[in-house]
Amino acid sequence: MRVTLKLKRFNPEVDEKQHWEEYQIDVEPNDQLLDALNKVKWFHDGTLTYRRSCAHGVCGSDAMVINGRNRLACKVLMKDLGNKVTVEPIRGLPVVKDMVVDMEPFFAKFRAMKPFLINNTPAPDGRERHQTVEDRERFDDTTKCILCACCTTSCPSFWANGEYIGPASIVQIHRFIFDTRDEATKERLEIANDAMGVWRCRTVFNCVEACPREINITKAIGEVKKAILEG
Amino acid sequence: MSAITRLKYGSPNRFEVLSWYFMRLSGAVLLLIAVMHLLIMHVWYGVDAVDYRFIVGRWASPWIQVYDMALLLFALLHGVNGTRWVIDDYVHSRGWNVALKSLLAVLAIIFFIMGAQVILTFDPSASETAWQSLAAVFAL
Repeated sequence: MRVTLKLKRFNPEVDEKQHWEEYQIDVEPNDQLLDALNKVKWFHDGTLTYRRSCAHGVCGSDAMVINGRNRLACKVLMKDLGNKVTVEPIRGLPVVKDMVVDMEPFFAKFRAMKPFLINNTPAPDGRERHQTVEDRERFDDTTKCILCACCTTSCPSFWANGEYIGPASIVQIHRFIFDTRDEATKERLEIANDAMGVWRCRTVFNCVEACPREINITKAIGEVKKAILEG
Repeated sequence: MSAITRLKYGSPNRFEVLSWYFMRLSGAVLLLIAVMHLLIMHVWYGVDAVDYRFIVGRWASPWIQVYDMALLLFALLHGVNGTRWVIDDYVHSRGWNVALKSLLAVLAIIFFIMGAQVILTFDPSASETAWQSLAAVFAL
């Protein structure tokens, strides 16, 4: 099938601002959009720049705005996108080149959440901390995050206010506060309770629609808010 | 709109969580009392029936005074807190942020005093003369 890819391009060495460029290529209906971008880069225009790594929806490198929605280029098939596909870099983060954005503000917020298990008590048997299936199930949904930034960069609250920690960081807080092995719940809830923390969420649900791992993010944010309220 | 690389987050302050909880509660209460107000005043009685004498009759009842005070308090605080959120969302300059929120607080206090005064200290006998002279001017 013949498709037109309309790509938002930006080369900081030449361009003053972003602009659209169109490429017509032949793809298989079952090709991923990432395959189509590779085709452009390898056979038409080697200057096209984007991040990619595993190409199977696990590494979270290739988040882009595809036909107006945040998705992973490796998780959408060309047959589902139509004959004309628009691709832009994710919004709210500084564009470095073409689809590559500076992820540092996103990762700084992620690190501020202390995304690691905090437990200073030695394990009961000296080796490991056991957990029931039910205890593990409680935060299973939020363990699925791959840090692609699809949620945070689809959030209007984040677009309006770059200081907002964003849905991805709240997902991390949710993942640890409901983990029976973690001992830093109070500290984590204080982080979430920042004026630029969970309280900037307006339950727009863009994050839920954007998440390629289908995490129910707005629900997780609601549960963190409730946990703060209950102390 | 560019993202900010802030390294530390955290607050032990309960203000934001309580303000969020207040919005949930007041939203539910307003859904009931604001809609009831609308139905009673504009559907049941109808706008044609609402005139000075109608209001005098209404505020003679302490229950209506309590109802209107609740409506004033919840609607004003709910609206002011929502506006505060909007300011925090969009006004990032520290000076403008504080200035706008201060202005908002002053306006909230003024509106509350004005509203509370008219609901609680309304005296039909004192304002009857004023009403009559006003009515005479407009030949009502």
